[in-house]
Amino acid sequence: MTSLPEKTEKKLGLVIDLDTCVGCHACVVSCKGWNTENYGAPLSDEDAFGAEPVGSFLNRIHSYEVTPTNKPAHLVHFPKSCLHCENAPCVTVCPTGASYKRVEDGIVLVNESDCIGCGLCAWACPYGAREMDPVEKVMKKCTLCVDRIYNENLPEEDQVPSCVRTCPAGARHFGDLGDPNSDVSILVEERGGTNLMPEQGTLPVNKYLPPRPKNQMDETDILAPYLEPIANEPDGFFKWLDKTLDGI
Amino acid sequence: MHPAPSVIIFTTLSGLGFGLLAFLCLGYPSMSGLVSFIFFAIGFALAIGGLLSSTFHLGHPERAIKAFSQWKSSWLSREAWLSLFALVLSGIYALGRIFLDIELTIVGLLSAFFCIATVFATSMIYAQLKTVPRWNSRMTPIVFLIFSIAGGALLAGQISVALPLLALSGVIQVVSWIFGDKAFAQSGTNLATATGLTVNPSEVRSFEAPHTGTNYLLKEFVYKVGRKHSGKLRIMGSILAFGMPIIFLSLPFSHFIATLAFITHIIGMFIIRWLFFAEAEHVVGLYYGKR
Repeated sequence: MTSLPEKTEKKLGLVIDLDTCVGCHACVVSCKGWNTENYGAPLSDEDAFGAEPVGSFLNRIHSYEVTPTNKPAHLVHFPKSCLHCENAPCVTVCPTGASYKRVEDGIVLVNESDCIGCGLCAWACPYGAREMDPVEKVMKKCTLCVDRIYNENLPEEDQVPSCVRTCPAGARHFGDLGDPNSDVSILVEERGGTNLMPEQGTLPVNKYLPPRPKNQMDETDILAPYLEPIANEPDGFFKWLDKTLDGI
Repeated sequence: MHPAPSVIIFTTLSGLGFGLLAFLCLGYPSMSGLVSFIFFAIGFALAIGGLLSSTFHLGHPERAIKAFSQWKSSWLSREAWLSLFALVLSGIYALGRIFLDIELTIVGLLSAFFCIATVFATSMIYAQLKTVPRWNSRMTPIVFLIFSIAGGALLAGQISVALPLLALSGVIQVVSWIFGDKAFAQSGTNLATATGLTVNPSEVRSFEAPHTGTNYLLKEFVYKVGRKHSGKLRIMGSILAFGMPIIFLSLPFSHFIATLAFITHIIGMFIIRWLFFAEAEHVVGLYYGKR
């Protein structure tokens, strides 16, 4: 049903550490792989080896240049996928009930056999978390790897979303953000985790940990004054050449 | 937003069609037999043609029937129900008019209500979207409703009503453009709130997109082609949709001139509806450093 549950038992989601992410896109590849081989319609590509490749992805990594005044500039890699919002606008706009938020864990899913591919849920999402599959013509979105996290056929360490399992930098964390004592909630509390576009009123479950402040580097090195170039002026033959050429 | 032809045709034609049906079901103009049949046929052709066109942008039109299920929460679902009520009721009213020469006043009133309610539901599909600040405004339903009623009056040959309504439509459209042009800045959403990386949006810039090619989001939400001509198109659209029909209708009546008024109105409406989509900017473009 496309009405949102008043309360979910758990708030499963991701915590993404923007300080640690190295922008390797491994999570993008593992996400595409897992979600092509498992639950739902495969994530297709069109013209994959041609001039204009296009395909559906559930997770994409942006990069931003931050240039604060009086602080060093830095580059931030910014993974973005469905934030499994508590007040998910993509769910309520759905005319068929294909889009829904689960009461038991808060995961937002699409029932692909009910999706008419109208695209309105993607219009309603401010984060660009939903993409229409170019081949299957149904809406695709992050499932929080619902087919991994409860899958007892997998070893315990694999019962997390594929992106979290893959991240070589440990920049992605999975857990229950509704439980204030969970590891992820403590991490968000300690690091001042933030919501994306809070003014949109979506109440995202996923949180982003801001980059830690960078060191100020007023002076490059205490030895810097001694490292200034010694030969500022040419001498000998080059002094003569310099003078001669100037005179011409 | 990508101005998909199917959606532009749908909103323009069904808006006009439901406007015309509303006038006909209220008994304007009062008629019966063949004349009545022709008027109703035009109304149904526009309304149903528009609705059919809207199914062309669906990925799975064969499942469209499922869209009736979520009327409690979804404006798209409500639109489906309201249009069904409007078409069935005005069909019953039309049969009475055409074949039995009777006036089913209550049915007519109800069907006029549902015709206008359908247009309102269509407008709310756009107006509800916080992600598109230009649409997320009371002006959106006002614009859709006045266009539908003015166009309906024009088609129904209610010239004394159509003249002031067309003028009013033009004024409302200009007001809506003035508000709309400021809407994105006033929404408070920018790259700083989108990323949470800074307080000042001028201190953060998209350095690299997630992919070298394009994707669904950019095709659907970041549409810049023709925006540079929007000033000219606004003037052209307003003259064609409102100015010229007003001039034509002020001349001594003839069917030829009335047809000209209708043709210029509908061409102008297509331009204005194209702008409605092409000028609308989705906040997701911020993540790509685009609008």
